[in-house]
Order: sequence, then C-alpha cells, then structure tokens
Amino acid sequence: MALSADESSRLGELLTSRAEQVTQQWTEIIAGQLRGRLSQAELVRQVQELHRAMVDALGKGTVDLNGEEATELRAVLAEFSRGQARQGFSATETATGVFALKEALLAVLEVDQSIETLRDYVAFSTLIDQMGLFTFESFVRTRESLIADQAEQLLELSTPVVKLWEGVVAVPLVGTLDSARAQVVMERLLQTLVDTGSPYAIIDITGVPAVDTQVAQHILKTVVAARLMGADCIISGIRPQIAQTIVALGIEFGDIATKASLADALRHVLRLTGVETARRQPRREA
Amino acid sequence: MTSGVDLGRPQAQAVGSDEDVVRVRQLVRTVAVAVKLSLVDQTKVVTAASELARNTLVYGGGGTVEVAVVDNGRRTGLRIVFVDSGPGIADVDLALTDGYTTGGGLGLGLSGARRLVDEFDIQTTPGQGTRVTITKWSR
Amino acid sequence: MERVPILKIGDILLVSIQVDMSDQTAVALQEDLAERIVETGCHGVIIDITALDIVDSFVGRMLSTIASISRVLDAETVVVGMRPAVAITLVELGLSLNGIRTALNVERGMELIAIERADEPYDERDDGPIPEPTASP
Repeated sequence: MALSADESSRLGELLTSRAEQVTQQWTEIIAGQLRGRLSQAELVRQVQELHRAMVDALGKGTVDLNGEEATELRAVLAEFSRGQARQGFSATETATGVFALKEALLAVLEVDQSIETLRDYVAFSTLIDQMGLFTFESFVRTRESLIADQAEQLLELSTPVVKLWEGVVAVPLVGTLDSARAQVVMERLLQTLVDTGSPYAIIDITGVPAVDTQVAQHILKTVVAARLMGADCIISGIRPQIAQTIVALGIEFGDIATKASLADALRHVLRLTGVETARRQPRREA
Repeated sequence: MTSGVDLGRPQAQAVGSDEDVVRVRQLVRTVAVAVKLSLVDQTKVVTAASELARNTLVYGGGGTVEVAVVDNGRRTGLRIVFVDSGPGIADVDLALTDGYTTGGGLGLGLSGARRLVDEFDIQTTPGQGTRVTITKWSR
Repeated sequence: MERVPILKIGDILLVSIQVDMSDQTAVALQEDLAERIVETGCHGVIIDITALDIVDSFVGRMLSTIASISRVLDAETVVVGMRPAVAITLVELGLSLNGIRTALNVERGMELIAIERADEPYDERDDGPIPEPTASP
C-alpha cells in the first residue's frame, strides 16, 4: 500500500500549513502517555524533528516509507527509536509516539465529513502505520544489540586468565560451560600463554557444576592446542561426580595431568620447574 | 596482489600450480577479513580452502576456485566453490573418512576441511569431476 | 621458487619461515635441512613458525617429516611460535603433530634442546624444566 502522488502532496501541504497545530497536538498526546518521564523541551525537539523530516520526505514526493526519497525520514525514525530504547521506554510507547500523529491529524482535518477527507485520512494512516512499524523494528534491533553486547561483556567477565607464578597461568572456570564460552576460554588461555611466555597452564574446574561430552571435548582440545604451541596444561578441581561422568562417558583424558586442587596443581608445576616449596609438616604430639 | 578485490562480485582463481594454491589462500584470507570473521574463523576457513584447493590440483588435475560473499539476512559469510573436471570420487563416504588417502597424504584433507567450516557440500561424478562447496558464517 | 633460509647459530640450525610457502618450497626446505644437518653436524633444529598464519596438513606433514629425518641424523627438532588460532585449527583439522617437540618461542626452544643434549641418554622427555624464572614482558 502506498500513497498516490496527490495524497502525498496533500499530506505535505497539511503538515506545512497547520504545522504549529499538528506538532502541538502531537506533543500533547505523547506527553500524556509518558507522564513526565521526558522533559518537555526534549519532547518538543523530537516531535519537531520528526515533523520536519516528514515534511521534507513528502516534499520530495515520498509515497512509501521504503522509497529512496524517504531515506532521511527513516534515519530520523531510527534515531528516535534508538533514543527511546536507550532511555528505557517500552516498544509500545515508542511506536505510539508515532501513531499519535494520526490523532493529531484528525484534529486538523476539515470537518466537512466528505468522502474525500476520509479517503485522505485512510491514506495518511497507511504511511503513519508504516512509520510506526518501522520504529518498532528499529527499537527491537537496538535492544537486541544491547543484549548481545551485555552477553559478550558477561562472557569476558566470567573467564579471567590469571598469572599464578612466573611461567604459570590459571583459568578458574566458574559456572556452566557451553560451546561458545568454552571457545572464548580456549582462545583467551592460549593467547595469554603467548603474551606471558608461560609454558604451564592450569585449568581449574572446581566451579563447573557438570561436564558433558562436549565440554570435556573442549577442554581436551584446549590441552592439545596448548601442547602444539609448546605449553602444558594441568586440569585441577575435578569433583567426584564429574570424575564419574568422565569415566561413564568413556572420555579419554589420556596422559593429561589431573590434580585434585588448584594448590596441588601449582605445587606439581613448581616441582617440574625446579622451584623449591617448603611444605609444612604436621607437627607430632609429644 | 589481492588488494583492491571487488567484493560485490564472486572472485575466481584458476588452480593449475602450487603457486595458485598460495593465491587461493590469500584471496580467501582477504574476503574472510572483509566479512569480519574472527581470527580463529579466518584461520579455519583459509586452512580448509588450502586443503581443498590442493585436492583440486592434485586429484582433480587442476580447476577453478570461486569465492563469494553471502548474506542470509542475519549474518554474512563467505562461500567457496572448488571445481575440477578430474576423475571424480568413486566412494564419497570413504573419501570423507579420517585417514583415508589415495595420494600419499595424511588423509585429512576432505574430512578435516569439513570440520573447519559451517556448511560442506560435495558433488562428484566418476569420470566427470568434483565440485565442493563450503560456507563459513561470521558469528 | 622461493627458498627458506637456514641459519646456523652455534650448535643449532634456525629456520624462520616468513613466507606463505608453496608446497614445492616446503619440500625444498625439507631437503635443504637434511643436507645442512649432515654438513654442519648440528644437534638441534628450531623451526620458527611465528609468522605463519596457517598450517595445513601438507605443512604439518612436512614438520613431522623434518622431525623424523633429523632424529635419524641425531638432531632434535623443536617447532616454536605456533599462533593460538593455528593451534586451534590444527586440533579441529585432526592433526596433533605427534612426535614433534614444541616450545612457545625461540628462546624456550633453545633451552629445550640444551636440556635434551645435557641429560643424554634422555629420560622423562616430556618434563622439560625451566631453569630460572625470568621476567617476561
């Protein structure tokens, strides 16, 4: 559905000749919905910007929001939705901000009740509906990218690689390991080995609640990749249930060193590197 | 060199010599960087292309490689097609088995390449040739 | 055809691969190295692949062959500097480069060879110790 060229120019004319009245009405309707969550000045600015973009687009002969003449209008609408999404407004509030224009238009249309006016109004509505749906989509896209960003940040936060000793780094894994996270862990660990020149890495899985075949495979692949690079991995913190799962699943850990705790793993590495560790002997009762 | 590659159109590279395999790698690398694949994914797809381009040369007696940017609406990626008119493969399942080789290699070319990409398709007719299509999507 | 240069440093031959090798270049390197080991009587070979952005099955096989050949000629081969992305890809490809010794960088590779030669006849080959904690950047 698109407007005819005539309808488009009539809408442009109406928006221009009754500019003040339309924007004022429009602003009032939105203000009623938002109940003061946006400053009046900001709201007026937004409405005027949308209004100007519409007048411009119609002036260029826009008959459909997807047309090339409406590029600028789409950009303004997208910017509007992004702003709303970032400020925490709901999708409905954002879209109704645009739909409010219909009501504002109705108020300024000549009340002659002729069939022409009705036709025009329906045609104008089509364009406004398109605009409303467009803001809805932009809104969702903005939110999706926000969520994706946050998920990524969470991933970064949840996979620290720490240096334990000269030449020894460790990854304490906490929480469920899915494929995506395992991949991030693997890449980070290996990169840290290169950056710090550490030939030993300890993968501590004390905080991992369960290990399935896929997770175990990821850990094994990390160990093999580290070996290819010239570093050795030790896995520590395997809990009894996990040990049972590993055996039950028939996963071969082969010649990979496993230790009960992070401390044992570190001691093991230090012994290999020739560092002396004083071990406190349990004192005998006299 | 590969700079100034027009990504709007598929890029073709003939494979008739060792040096061409190197050129295929460079071309695939350029396109993989352009579609913003992660470093690991770039490495995987270039390695897969290297294996398959070598197959085209060694088993197919030469052929062509075509690299194109693809878009499925949500993600972009690259699609590479390896075509030769060599003897074809009699038993594809067998050829896709790890360690199977007729050329004295490690037998990891086809099976390994398949593990490195997201989509893998092979069409072959004995006596007429082989066409392998691989796709890697950006994350 | 390009040839990869082989440098002799003390008792060690150092090969730093800087180009995207064609298969012919890889085969030539294999032959050149065998000759140089015999010619120089070196007991260690370090192959630095820091600059390689991929290792496919052909290059992987070349590395294995070089390691085997040099072992026959009484020299220890260490492959150093493999990038993380390359290592991950090799694992996925199914290539584990069995029988090849690896180290993070040239320096560690040299230490590894020194240790190997020091405790001949060797045992516990997999537990290469680091001599001194060094301040790494």
